[in-house]
Amino acid sequence: MIRTIDVHKSFNEQEVLKGVTTEFFPGKTNLIIGRSGAGKTVLLKILVGLVTPTTGDIFYGDVNFSQLNKKEMRAIRMKVGMLFQGSALFDSMSVEENIRFPLDMFTSMTWKEKAMQVDSCLERVSLGQVHKKYPSEISGGMQKRVGIARAIVLNPEYLFCDEPNSGLDPKTAIVIDELIRDITIDKNITTVINTHDMNSVMEIGDNIVLIHEGKLAWRGDKSQVLESTNDTLQQFIFASPFLQRLRAAALERSQEG
Amino acid sequence: MISRQLYHFGRYLMMMGTALARPERTYMYYKETTRQMNDIGIGSLVIVILISLFIGAVTAVQFSYQLDGTLVPLYYIGYIVRDSTIIELAPTITCLVLAGKVGSNMSSEIGGMRQKEHIDAMEIMGVNTAGYLVLPKIIAALVVIPLLVAIAAFVSVIGGYLAMVLTGSLSHNDYIMGVRSFFKDGNVTMMFVKAIVFAFILTSVSCYQGYYVKGGSIELGKASTNAVVFSDILILLADYLIASILT
Repeated sequence: MIRTIDVHKSFNEQEVLKGVTTEFFPGKTNLIIGRSGAGKTVLLKILVGLVTPTTGDIFYGDVNFSQLNKKEMRAIRMKVGMLFQGSALFDSMSVEENIRFPLDMFTSMTWKEKAMQVDSCLERVSLGQVHKKYPSEISGGMQKRVGIARAIVLNPEYLFCDEPNSGLDPKTAIVIDELIRDITIDKNITTVINTHDMNSVMEIGDNIVLIHEGKLAWRGDKSQVLESTNDTLQQFIFASPFLQRLRAAALERSQEG
Repeated sequence: MISRQLYHFGRYLMMMGTALARPERTYMYYKETTRQMNDIGIGSLVIVILISLFIGAVTAVQFSYQLDGTLVPLYYIGYIVRDSTIIELAPTITCLVLAGKVGSNMSSEIGGMRQKEHIDAMEIMGVNTAGYLVLPKIIAALVVIPLLVAIAAFVSVIGGYLAMVLTGSLSHNDYIMGVRSFFKDGNVTMMFVKAIVFAFILTSVSCYQGYYVKGGSIELGKASTNAVVFSDILILLADYLIASILT
């Protein structure tokens, strides 16, 4: 489990996070949602240690991550996998080399063991026969899958995904969401996803954290979204008139039922 | 102004301190170092040979013009071409050219990795990014650039020979006699000292510019330009200091 306690972050004079206290649970897909500029990306980067909080603490289990030195932080990071918004695959390496990179860097596995692990990860994300291709030779959806395969190759305890569906068509986005959810359940890892995607919220939101103007505005799960009377949540989720009409129809139907 | 320069200097020292930490896996660093040696060495060989050839030729032609009508024997042209290329032109011009070619390339490569979140991805994996991205480049440059400089010096002397002997300005024997006259092996040591110092400057400064790049393509372009400009200035400054100390 990951806990944030009263996390503040300021850049120069601007306070981006204003005391966020929340929890992210193992075996669940934890979603950080919010409008652009709300501070969710900063929160995600603080969680993985790419940004240092001005004040506040981050706990990985019982370990206070924000109090660790660089060496100790690296030990925790060995348990972390991350999928970046743009996949962040290394251009000069093939798909196989990208996935093998963490194994080459941190394990003493034999060549054969590494090849088996790479194959298993590619199979897990339903990709085959792309081993020798370069990132520029595969589609955006495939790049995301390779990114996921690289993130899980060291069997992490924590998986972070920054906007995993950005730039993908709705069908591919659903496939990526389901993949992340299945991996989370299979491996019982703590997954934290930063997303704008309403489909993700309603489909895989086991624990949803809404950040608004740097503060925690709402917390709950996907089943509580429709019934919630939280104005900030409703304004965010049902921002478009189309979704507002859908919500009204759904509520009407549930009242009739 | 001064505090800004001190800030950059401090951050540069911190990056270099981190870069010199113990590698996570020596084999990966070795692999990256050999890749960089190939990029820097083989990738720059043609331009270094071309430039050196013409520098040797121009030096010979210019000195031939200067010595014309004087009492200085013409075979001195070979001696002057040899010493001026070994002491100054080969290490300095080669490294100034490499700052433009290799330095800007390193800065853009690392800066691009920063912008495309590759460095963040490595950090999260637990990789010491300053070490993995900077150290192999520095080691590769320290090995390969002195070799390039030695080749440049040799080719320059050949350039001078071609410009003098093929045009009939000087006989083969006179040029060779000049090249073999008054040789001091300390000059070769100075050439290699310069090459090593310049190689360190151009790689570390270029990597620094790329490693801390922020923003978009305009900033990446600026970082690449700064890499070349600051490397060139520091190389010339170091050239003066080494010349003062070793002569």
